[in-house]
Order: sequence, then structure tokens, then C-alpha cells
Amino acid sequence: MNDDIKQGFEVKPLLEVRDLTKYFDVSKPWLTRILEKQPKQILKAVDGLSFEIGKGETFSLVGESGCGKSTIAKLVVGLQRPSNGEILFDGQDLNKAITSKDSNRIRRRWQMIFQDPFASLNPRWRVNDIISEPIRVFKLAKSKSEINDRVDKLLTQVGLSPADGNKFPHEFSGGQRQRISIARALSSEPEFLVCDEPTSALDVSVQAQILNLMKDLQRRLGLTYLFISHNLAVVYHVSDRIGVMYLGRLCEVATASDLFKNPQHPYTQLLLNTIPDMEMTGIKRDPVHGEVPNPIDPPSGCAFHPRCPLANDRCRKETPQLQKNAGSLIACHAVEEKRNV
Amino acid sequence: MSLLEVKNLRVEFPTRRGTLLAIDDISFSIEPGEVLGVVGESGAGKSLTGASIIGLLEPPGRIADGKITLEGERIDDLPYEKMRHVRGKKIGAIFQDPLTSLNPLYTVSKQLTETILVHMDMSQEQARKRAVELLDEVGIPAAETRIDSYPHEFSGGMRQRVVIALALCANPKLIVADEPTTALDVSIQAQIIAIIKRLCKEHKTAVMLITHDMGVIAETADRVAVMYAGRIVEIGEVRDIIKDAKHPYTKGLMGSIPVVGHDVEVLQQIDGSMPRLNEVPKGCAFNSRCPDAINKCFVDRPDLMQTDGLSTAACWLYSKEAVNE
Ligand SMILES: Nc1ncnc2c1ncn2[C@@H]1O[C@H](COP(=O)(O)OP(=O)(O)OP(=O)(O)O)[C@@H](O)[C@H]1O
Ligand SMILES: Nc1ncnc2c1ncn2[C@@H]1O[C@H](COP(=O)(O)OP(=O)(O)OP(=O)(O)O)[C@@H](O)[C@H]1O
Ligand code: SF4
Ligand code: SF4
Ligand SMILES: [Mg+2]
Ligand SMILES: [Mg+2]
Repeated sequence: MNDDIKQGFEVKPLLEVRDLTKYFDVSKPWLTRILEKQPKQILKAVDGLSFEIGKGETFSLVGESGCGKSTIAKLVVGLQRPSNGEILFDGQDLNKAITSKDSNRIRRRWQMIFQDPFASLNPRWRVNDIISEPIRVFKLAKSKSEINDRVDKLLTQVGLSPADGNKFPHEFSGGQRQRISIARALSSEPEFLVCDEPTSALDVSVQAQILNLMKDLQRRLGLTYLFISHNLAVVYHVSDRIGVMYLGRLCEVATASDLFKNPQHPYTQLLLNTIPDMEMTGIKRDPVHGEVPNPIDPPSGCAFHPRCPLANDRCRKETPQLQKNAGSLIACHAVEEKRNV
Repeated sequence: MSLLEVKNLRVEFPTRRGTLLAIDDISFSIEPGEVLGVVGESGAGKSLTGASIIGLLEPPGRIADGKITLEGERIDDLPYEKMRHVRGKKIGAIFQDPLTSLNPLYTVSKQLTETILVHMDMSQEQARKRAVELLDEVGIPAAETRIDSYPHEFSGGMRQRVVIALALCANPKLIVADEPTTALDVSIQAQIIAIIKRLCKEHKTAVMLITHDMGVIAETADRVAVMYAGRIVEIGEVRDIIKDAKHPYTKGLMGSIPVVGHDVEVLQQIDGSMPRLNEVPKGCAFNSRCPDAINKCFVDRPDLMQTDGLSTAACWLYSKEAVNE
């Protein structure tokens, strides 16, 4: 990774991602392919992506459905192996560390919270057992009573009561279930939480409770978050820095306030235009025109060029790389050539 | 005369442990060309209200009381076949997941023309022509050629547009749209909303738009009904509900929405959660979470009343007698 891409951290980054790629083979079965004379089809879900997240920071990823956000989430917690590139967690190569003998020592340091609190909790387990599972798996407590104490504390920490531990998930509302998954994620005392659409399945009023809880925990426990959401107002509220993705690549990385005040990449500008206007000032939203491109056969050069008002010949041929621009990182020829103003 | 009138609707579910009242005496109306937004907590009864109107309430759920009229004619007690005709001809439905409304085995063309032929007196050729026009209208590029595709050959946003086209086949007077954009991307969401708005303007189609996305409501709805625990707790013009909510639940709801450009460390939140149907307390259903509750709130249930603003709300704070009690 070239040094241009580092955004000048004062603190050591907790997570460093370098030239990360994840390809999926989505070819038809071998025989069909031969009969229909079709080539192998490779989907580049994540295509050479680099970013870092500082300790205690909230870094968010935004972008259209299918741009690769969840794939990155799964890669950085080791649920999927990258096709290429490196993930360093606190300086250690993540994929080496999780296959090593004492992998438990490092694996307990991160956890993931998923979108759907209904699907991610085992319906036949009592809440106590759900929350204590990581404690038992990683052998973090010496006795039954120590486990119970920790579960009680976790339940209280997420705004439930110790008595709730004896209940089953179906006895809780959606927001309460998401609290249970947060308590479970916190039980191994992780430093890093990957949250993939943690409030998308919830009501706005419940969403506020969960976002407040997450921020409060971050303050008290010094947590680092990788946060994924398609709700831009939520992202604005929680993030320190934001990465905007398009078709497996980052097109802009900036602080939350820079990104929303002064979006520079043409795609970011269009994306921000789609935020529903709560102030009802009568300004018409301009929907992003054109269809989301086919990820198996992405447009040449800058993948955004078929939908970009500033596209020219160079854009159709040459893929733009992330470059420093007024404190942000932008991958766009027009911005580089200053013809975006 | 309003296009749609819902009067004192009650929907219940008989269960082994007694009857659950899921919709508890709600009344509202929709005018031609109007978009009524319906918002509220998950489980508040938004979908059940929509399902009651389009006659797709799933048993054991049943309308226990009340009356629904469309253009002055009662539709809540029609036999199944008659209601099915009303549903295609006068009321269109759009659901969250476009795949539930589309048959994966048939081309888009077949599904559209069949629906058109059932409801309109047309030849096969005319029906196909109309189908192409509809796809055009909802913004499917190259409709003439795309029409012969199967649903899975379309992206999510395009499928939802096909569902809208399907709902429009017979020029309905009313569209009931239950979370039509929730499963879609923000950018495609904006396109769908633009289509819905244009339809209301050009065809005077009325829309009942159920969603918990207040941003969508702000941009699309003329009036908004806020539901909580099976009741409408506030109803009024969209501007008044968003800028000057009167019911404590609506106020809490509006305050809890993050807004780009508003820097707050902690979002306003309503503590607790909505009571389950079998645990709705006596008095106002919101009383255990309400920061402003007064004595009467724990005894009697408030009905919608005029507030000191422009909306109507079901809250004792707007009754002089109750406040002075
Ligand atoms: N296991 C897999 N096999 C094949 N393709 C996959 C697989 N997982 C993801 N993909 C593809 O990779 C791309 C990125 O998917 P991903 O789930 O990361 O997107 P996303 O940004 O999280 O989208 P969303 O906002 O819809 O959740 C998509 O085109 C998806 O279809
Ligand atoms: N078959 C059923 N048996 C018992 N109760 C039911 C049944 N179907 C729905 N309900 C209850 O009726 C209430 C209203 O449900 P409804 O689906 O209308 O809510 P909603 O406002 O649309 O919520 P959401 O935002 O989650 O879609 C809920 O409390 C639900 O639990
Ligand atoms: S590189 Fe070209 S096509 Fe891509 S965003 Fe910039 S101007 Fe548009
Ligand atoms: S009636 Fe009472 S409890 Fe209900 S919202 Fe009004 S003040 Fe609160
Ligand atoms: Mg995802
Ligand atoms: Mg619903």
C-alpha cells in the first residue's frame, strides 16, 4: 500500500486492510459451461481495497446493495478467506493468527453483530446460554458462578435485567433481541466490533436506543467499530470516518463531516442526493439514473462511468486510484484533473 | 365523499388464551389523489389495517367490527370472488418483497397482460400494448424488449417497478403500498417514490403508504397517521406531524430520527417498548413510557381529539377537563 493512502493517524491503527480482494466463482456447473461454450465467470465482490481503522474509531462503509460491504465484514472477522491481500489486526496477520494453535487468544478480540436479531439467536437456547457461549468457547471464566456473574453484568450493561437471562429469544421484541446479540458480542470482552446493518431491521425509535447503547459502550469500553448501514443519516450520526464503495472498490474516504459537507467523488454526490429530505424544503431529489451495473462484467476503467455526468475517454479506459485530496481520499480522474468544479 | 372510508375498524385474533384485539377502533379516510402515510412501531397494526382494506386479512384474524367503504360502497363484507375483482380493478396492492407478487415461472408480459385482460375489455394485442405502456410509465428502459423477460432477469428495483405496473393495470382508484421501498437501495428507493408521486398527480390515484421510514413519508405523503398498539394516536398534515407533533409518542418518534447535519451525541430515545397485545395497560396504551402522563392516563383511554396545533391526537393533555382533574 502506498503511503498516500494512510490518513495520518496519531494512534496506531487497530485494523489495517491492504489490497484486499475477494473473488467468487459464479460459473455455471462445469458440464453446462462446456456445452454452452461459456467462459468461467468471476465476480469481484471486493477488488483491491485498502483502509485502516484507528483504535476507538468508528469507520463506516456505505454504498449500493451488492457493492461488497458485507463481504468485507466477513473477511475482517475471518468468516471468509480473502482471495488476495492482507488484513492486519493489531499488527498481526489475521488469517495466520486464526489458524495458529492459540488462535482463541486473538479471536476473542473481535466480534460481529448482524442485521437480523431474529435469525442470529438460537431460538432453543435460553438467553443466559446464548450470551455465555463465547465465554465458554474461549474459556474466559473459571466457574459456573463466575459465568453467571458476567452474564448478569452484561445484561445490565445492555439495558436488560438479570432476570431476562432465563427467558427464550421469542419472548423479546426486536430491539431487545438486538440488545441480546450485543451482550453476546461483548461477552468475550472484544476491542473490535463489526456491525453489519445492526439497526436496519428495527424501528426508528428502537434504532435510537441501540445506537445510543453502542455509542455509550464505545465510550466506556474504548471499542472500535466497523459499521455498515445503508441509512446515510445513521452513518452520519455514528461515524468518525466513512468509506464510500462502488462495485467492490472504495471511491472516497473522508471524515463524516467532510463527506457530508463537501462530497467530492461524483458517485458520493449522487448518493447523498438520495437522502430523503426531512426538512421538506421542496428541493427535488435527483434519483441516481441508470441501473446498477453487472458485477460479473463491470464497466471498463472507472466502473461508475456509465452513470457519471463527468465521464470522459480516460474514465472509460483507466481505473482511477485513491489519491489524497484536501484531507480526503478520492478515486476520480475528474477530481484529480480539477474538472469537477 | 371520500374515496376510502374506514370507520371504527376492529380486527381480532381468537387464540386459546382469549381474543387478542390487534386493531382497536380506528377510523380514517383517504381522498382521491391523496397519499396517506401510515407510520408507527413494529407490530402497531399498520399491515393489518392495509390487509383489512384489500381484503387479504389472514385467518384466524378477522374484522370484528366497523365498516370500510370505497366510493361509498361497502367492501369489508364482500364475498371472496367479488372482493377479488375489487382488488384488481379498484384497489392495487404493492408489498415489500416484489417476489411475493410475481410468478417466477411466467414472463413479465404474460403476468401483466393476463391481469389486464381479467379487468379490462381488451384484445390480447391491446393488452400487450397497454402492458408496454405501463412498464414505460414506471421507468423500465426498453420496455418493448424487456417485457418478455422473466422476473429473475430484472434487478430488485426493476422488479418492484414491475409490481407497481401490475398494481396499476386496471387504473385503480387506490393503491395500498406496504413498505414498498424497504427492501430497496436508497438510490432505487428515490426512483420508486418519484414514480408513486407522479402517479398520484397524473391519474388522481390515492395511495395508502405504509412505512417506518419517516424520510419517505416526509417526501411523499400529504397526511400521516401515526399508529401505536392498534390505534391511531395522531393524524394530520405531514408538515404538522413532522414539525409540530402533539402526541408524546409522535414527538419521541420524530426526536429519535438521526438527521444529516444535526450533530447530537445522544439521540433522543423513548425508553421501554410497545406493550404486547395481551398486556396493553388500562387507560392510554403509552402510559408506561410517557414522560407527560397525568392521572387520567392510567384510568381512561383517550380518543382522537383536537390538539392546540393543527393535528388531532389521542392524548389527554389536550382535554382541559382531564388536565384539571
Ligand atoms: N458466497 C457468494 N457467492 C457468490 N457471490 C457472492 C457471494 N457473496 C456475495 N456475493 C456477491 O458479491 C457482491 C457483494 O455482496 P455483498 O453481500 O458484500 O454486498 P453488500 O454491499 O453487503 O450488499 P447489501 O447492501 O445488499 O447487503 C454481490 O454481487 C453478491 O452477489
Ligand atoms: N396470526 C396472528 N396471530 C396473532 N397475532 C397476530 C397475528 N398476525 C399479526 N398479529 C399481531 O397483530 C399486531 C399487528 O401486526 P401488523 O403486522 O399489522 O404490524 P405492523 O404495524 O405492520 O408492524 P411491522 O412494522 O413490524 O410490519 C402485531 O402485534 C402482531 O403480533
Ligand atoms: S473517474 Fe471519471 S467516470 Fe469515474 S467518477 Fe471520476 S469522472 Fe466519473
Ligand atoms: S394520554 Fe397520557 S399517557 Fe397517553 S400520551 Fe397522552 S399524556 Fe401520555
Ligand atoms: Mg450486506
Ligand atoms: Mg407490517
